[in-house]
Amino acid sequence: MRDLAYYEAKFEALDEIMAADQRVHLINGTFLSLSPHRHVFQNLKEKYTDRMMSPPISELGFCGLATGAAMAGLRPIVDLSTGSFIYEAWPQVANEAANAFSMSGGQTRVPVVFHLFHGLRGGGAAQHSGSPQAMLWNCPGLEIAIPSSPRDVKGLLKSAVASDNPTIFVDHTRLLDIRGEVPENDKPIPFGVADVKRAGRDVTVIATSYTVQVALRAAATLAQEGIEAEVVDPRTLVPFDLPTILQSVEKTHRVVIADETHQSCGVGAEIAARIAESGFDKLKAPIRRVATLDVPVPYSPPLEAHIGPSEERIINAVRAAVR
Amino acid sequence: MLPKIARESLLELCRRMFVIRHFEESLVPLHDKGVFGGHYHLYVGQEATGVPAISCLRADDYLFTTHRNHGHLLARGAEPKKLFAEILGRADGLNKGKGGSFHSVAPALGFLHSSGVVAGIIPLSTGTAYAAKAQKNGRITVCLFGDGSLEEGAAPEAFNLASLYKLPVLFLCENNGKYGAGRAVAATQSSTMAAYPLTDLPKTYRIPAQQIDGMDAGLVHGTVSEAVEKIRRGEGPQFIEAQTVRYPGSETNWPTVPRATDTALAWDVSSVPEKAREWYRSCDPLLIFIRELVEAKQASREEISAIERQIKSDIAAAVEFAVNSPYPKPQEAERNFFAQS
Repeated sequence: MRDLAYYEAKFEALDEIMAADQRVHLINGTFLSLSPHRHVFQNLKEKYTDRMMSPPISELGFCGLATGAAMAGLRPIVDLSTGSFIYEAWPQVANEAANAFSMSGGQTRVPVVFHLFHGLRGGGAAQHSGSPQAMLWNCPGLEIAIPSSPRDVKGLLKSAVASDNPTIFVDHTRLLDIRGEVPENDKPIPFGVADVKRAGRDVTVIATSYTVQVALRAAATLAQEGIEAEVVDPRTLVPFDLPTILQSVEKTHRVVIADETHQSCGVGAEIAARIAESGFDKLKAPIRRVATLDVPVPYSPPLEAHIGPSEERIINAVRAAVR
Repeated sequence: MLPKIARESLLELCRRMFVIRHFEESLVPLHDKGVFGGHYHLYVGQEATGVPAISCLRADDYLFTTHRNHGHLLARGAEPKKLFAEILGRADGLNKGKGGSFHSVAPALGFLHSSGVVAGIIPLSTGTAYAAKAQKNGRITVCLFGDGSLEEGAAPEAFNLASLYKLPVLFLCENNGKYGAGRAVAATQSSTMAAYPLTDLPKTYRIPAQQIDGMDAGLVHGTVSEAVEKIRRGEGPQFIEAQTVRYPGSETNWPTVPRATDTALAWDVSSVPEKAREWYRSCDPLLIFIRELVEAKQASREEISAIERQIKSDIAAAVEFAVNSPYPKPQEAERNFFAQS
């Protein structure tokens, strides 16, 4: 099996998507933020010059442009780069793109992808560390994909572009150097199919994005204490694969949810509510959330580390859940 | 003045202006009787802008409009009965009852999305223009919005993009606040913009911009035709501010009809309540157009009255259709908000 870095898998996907479909245009950014690998974007830029747009710093304007272009038959992928920047484009994303299909009585399709890097990145402080996926999950009409591995980023990006709906592609800069298996000619990964990243009998740890990697490390540590955690990655928030999660809960009877959105009304809150509504009889302990603490993200390294869903906080939550 | 087009085309413009006028005047009593409840906005007083402007377009061009969209859709040929049904929230509506007055669309006519956020469509219009340029299909986009739209930040961001990328888009700003009827002429704008004239704003982004009288059908037709030609030649975006005088029936939060329109008003406004009389005498673009048709001997008063009678009866039938159209099933609310690939 072939082994690739996450950023390589992502760029292989972009290249294959651009080659296969003339309707795909890339708007803004490098899809790698300020990563040292960002030079690879230059290769794409030279290969598909006519379908590249480097607009001014006008998130509201170019997200609207991409949405309008999607209505007219293109399949634009917009890189907002830093996730918090989508707040600048909120009216176009949440109020135009998300509503257009329903509001038109199912006539106007908006196959646009908004790509962003969410979360704690090391020194991002309050305005460059946002995880807007929870707020966006509250806007019906948007699909949300959130990969955590090289194989998933490639397969989910292909499905995001193939979707006829506006899709938020939630990425994380701390994933870019992770390595993993990516088969040649891998199929797109369908939306709404969760993935059990590690099997275990004692507790279900539901995690998303980079926090999946943190949860896997936590699970390895917990295994040394004899606690076997099952790590489940929903991979897409919209649509959401509740059955796979309930299957895991049926086996473990205990749940910890770990992710980087803020705790209140966060991704963990919604998942906890769904499990409580549909699987309360399977639970032997309260559901525990490990989310980013409800404070604006502070800059200083120990402060930032303190508020995030760290390995240590996940381990403590699991210990409490299995006690 | 009259547009320099064939007589039959002039009469077609006249028909479409009547359709809009009688459509809008029929909505008010429907709302007041409680047949529909949502907020709505009338296009009365702006017919001589939308109708000639939209007649300059190709069948496959894109149009975007706002909450004040009824006139634009009807000018382009949307079926009044389906627009009524949409505003009444019925299953036969243009959007199957999911959009209402604010969001009525007609994709086959080029209206893909109508936004109730005043500047929402301005960035979107750069998008269809961007797509048409990429697809090299020669389509242009016309973005129709009110003067208030310029107050939102989306407008200048979109102007900058349109200009930088020379996108094939016409920004047609309908300023219906030239001066409020009965108010001092000095009160020049309904919007609250430090930029004045409004054309200064697009000009800052190097978009050619002009201000015209939107009650003059001939001027609108000539100016829009020229702008459309330039855009199709690849010269990039154009901006036109068409000024009209706000309809006295639109001065209140909920629209009213000071006096139902009929052809005879073109020559005698004594039956209009005094407060609104001046608007009908000198600012009503439909009545101006009718007078011009007769003065230029393009149509007789009787011919125009006959056209109007036909349209009044068509509109009455369209209302009847909408009132009798069923509501969508409640469960439809939970369906069809995602497209199936």
